[in-house]
Amino acid sequence: MNLFIRTKKRLSRFLSAFLKKRQSRIGIYGPPNAGKTTLSNRIVRDWTGDALGPVSEIPHETRRARRKEGITISNQNGNSLTLDIVDTPGVTTKIDYQEFVEYGIEKEEAIKRAREATEGVAEAMHWLREDIDGVIYMLDATLDPFTQVNIMLVGIIESRDLPVLIVANKIDLPDAAPQRIMKAFPQHPVIAISGLEGDNMEELYEHMLKVFG
Amino acid sequence: MIQGVQIDLISAERLDRMTSMEKIRLILDDVMEGNIVVLEKGLSPEEQSRLIEMTMMEISPDGFSGIEMETYSAREGQSSPGFFGKLLGKKGPGARMTVIGPANQMKTIKKDKDLISAWVSSR
Repeated sequence: MNLFIRTKKRLSRFLSAFLKKRQSRIGIYGPPNAGKTTLSNRIVRDWTGDALGPVSEIPHETRRARRKEGITISNQNGNSLTLDIVDTPGVTTKIDYQEFVEYGIEKEEAIKRAREATEGVAEAMHWLREDIDGVIYMLDATLDPFTQVNIMLVGIIESRDLPVLIVANKIDLPDAAPQRIMKAFPQHPVIAISGLEGDNMEELYEHMLKVFG
Repeated sequence: MIQGVQIDLISAERLDRMTSMEKIRLILDDVMEGNIVVLEKGLSPEEQSRLIEMTMMEISPDGFSGIEMETYSAREGQSSPGFFGKLLGKKGPGARMTVIGPANQMKTIKKDKDLISAWVSSR
């Protein structure tokens, strides 16, 4: 390849990197065990056939933020949107290693997990302040949504003027009451889904196109 | 000797004179000593975000396990200040009275839009 072609390619790469707006980073936030990784895996699998991370009933299974770049979602009308999905550790104001011991994990491993979980929460907060362009806020529809962490996080998201979609997850469970979540956060669109069963995902994708597009 | 819990009520005037980091440090130092802190005027969303982050850094095995914090949602009709509001120095919906305590001593019994009921134990 002669020098002229190489220089032209480099210049074009530089210009496209300089001029092109980067893809929106959509953070999946929420308290521990709301189903964030299950939903992230579902979205990534539906559009790329891949997965993002392991899922467990033990809280704080996700202790590092994970990003999947370049997911293109589309609808039947031909609208499409390419974004990065960031699966984040569950946010809380307290972590006790005894919580892991109760799940049968050895003390030493439980202390290690607790330390990683604290780092993960701090990391999630940092991403929210610095690097997130939109939020899917996940809630377990079988639980009371009026918790301090939920109120605080939705407040933080609103103060940053980030577009937000609230997801009422686990509607496949008999105790699910997504209307409680709709009542708690009437200022935001709330989509009721089951990330595990894949129920109502089409509606979620339609809203993602509308809210994050 | 009477067993009890120290409660520190911090006035809005005092909070207004403090920087964000001073407020967070005051809260964490107080709560880590086993005290309950009541803020007449709560923290801004940005300060809440920093408080969560700094709380995580202070957690240690068999020691401090985090905080329990309770406040009301922003008043209805109050919204984000928007671009121009931010340019004029507005910080968002007014923060409301807030109670913060050690997670192993304070438990929320009931939380509603307009009622918060908490239980506190001595160490």
